[in-house]
Amino acid sequence: MSSELFYQPLARLAALLDGGQISSVELMTAVIARTRAVEDRVQAFNSRDEPGALAQAGESDRRRAEGRARGPLDGIPVGIKDVIAVSGQPLTASSRMLEHFVSPYDATVTRRLKEAGAICWGRLNLDEFAMGSSTENSAFRTTSNPWDLTRVPGGSSGGSAAAVAAGEAVVALGSDTGGSIRQPSALCNVVGLKPTYGLVSRYGLIAFASSLDQIGPFARTVEDAAILLGAIAGHDPLDSTSFQAEIPDYRRGLGERMGPWKLGIAREYFSDGLDPEVGAAVQAAIDHYRRLGCEIREISLPHTKYAVGAYYIIATAECSSNLARYDGVRYGHRSAEAADALDLYFRTRAEGFGAEVKRRVILGTYVLSSGYHDAYYLRAQKVRTLIRNDFLKAYREVDAILTPTSPTPAFKKGEKSADPLAMYLNDIYTIGVNLAGLPGVSVPCGFTRSGLPMGLQVIGQPFREADLLAIAHAYERDHEWNGRHPGL
Amino acid sequence: MASSPDFDIDHVAKLARIALSPAEREAFSGQLRDVLAHIALLQEVDVTGVEPTAHAFPMDNVWAEDRATPGLPVEAALLNAPSQRDGMFVVPKVVE
Repeated sequence: MSSELFYQPLARLAALLDGGQISSVELMTAVIARTRAVEDRVQAFNSRDEPGALAQAGESDRRRAEGRARGPLDGIPVGIKDVIAVSGQPLTASSRMLEHFVSPYDATVTRRLKEAGAICWGRLNLDEFAMGSSTENSAFRTTSNPWDLTRVPGGSSGGSAAAVAAGEAVVALGSDTGGSIRQPSALCNVVGLKPTYGLVSRYGLIAFASSLDQIGPFARTVEDAAILLGAIAGHDPLDSTSFQAEIPDYRRGLGERMGPWKLGIAREYFSDGLDPEVGAAVQAAIDHYRRLGCEIREISLPHTKYAVGAYYIIATAECSSNLARYDGVRYGHRSAEAADALDLYFRTRAEGFGAEVKRRVILGTYVLSSGYHDAYYLRAQKVRTLIRNDFLKAYREVDAILTPTSPTPAFKKGEKSADPLAMYLNDIYTIGVNLAGLPGVSVPCGFTRSGLPMGLQVIGQPFREADLLAIAHAYERDHEWNGRHPGL
Repeated sequence: MASSPDFDIDHVAKLARIALSPAEREAFSGQLRDVLAHIALLQEVDVTGVEPTAHAFPMDNVWAEDRATPGLPVEAALLNAPSQRDGMFVVPKVVE
């Protein structure tokens, strides 16, 4: 593990802060200096608040000195995907539509982080309205993969993954609708967790596809992800889809839940299009679990090949409805050219949305439109049931499922941006988890010969994140992939 | 399932309230036809007797306590308004 402060895991930084070896101001200063040194190349942030962050670090140091520290997140610099509200900070969704929007309130996850003493110090870039798999759909900047600046960091939470990988934030929050936390984590050598649907409140998250969206942590280790999840999880009366689940101590569970587990391998997740190096790395991880005494069972998820199609009907249908609110009336961009109210909608949306958002709103409008609703939307919802049943049936036999996170390592900027379908098919291993509402985590599992990170996905059972994280941790503690850092 | 030739981008863009440039119209038509061709794969699935899933964990009758809580103050609600006057949003004339 590198000795630089800005690369240390959260758990170690918390110990250093508690032991008085470092102060939060020192840590924040180191992260700011690091960000200034690399950000022109990485381009992870849409905005940052350096003076506010340093002031909060000072307050955190005073709390610790007075014995009022609030736990491991107190005084830790956190990055927030620019689609989650932080009161008084810009909230752009990387869209021209919200370029000048300032949040009038905190998301529930933000409030919980602030109560834990965390410093929400910057807004991280994404594909516009979280629609994309490369962060190239941002209206403002293309984030680079810190491991190879000519390649994408993945998406849509590419800024979150890149910031944690590059030492610009200790941990970060993202959102995951079809893989937007796990895929960029795999491509940037960090840990990313998409929680069970309903575990984390969506209040204050800009809605893309409400039945699929879920907020989750980016971190350097599984332990750090467990700490951050513990801080943000739990019932929220402001989100009617939020679940009344008991929140265990995820961090303590890592040492207590030792298995051995029954782990499933689905042949459908090792299909054509899987990069051979990724396939070999995931196979090596499977062999490692076998050596740990886990029983590896072949399972079948027969409806996997329909997941991308079902997803792009359901997600676009929900997005066409959610994004109807951007009409230029109450907030956001308003066209200066409008002749009347109807013209205002057409021009505002033409000027404010980028190409991918327009494509998805149009596709979603089509699949919901008169005469097509049953053939597309209703059929997709039924296929969603079959996909979910595949998983539930598998969980009668196994505790969790091991898959690659992404079929390939990071691709070149521009390689897929002209071909939306090729971009969509990149999400093939992550989308089923969202359709079924399950938790999934991506853990670093090696590097290609050319030095690009790869990720192992562990898919768990609903509301059993404690087991999921323990399984991921069992692999991680015997490997040192997360001790490597990009040569920035 | 409807095949992609039915896809009339002008009609759908109008429903979606998005004005498209000629270049966008042409590019999106081709790209969305590719996506619709992939989606047509769903046609081969036998969904007879299968219930649709709208939410992975359906929750019915989620009640909130009937208690008044403060909303956003008017000034905060108008903070991001593109145009405002006397505590109201200003919009183009709707009725002559």
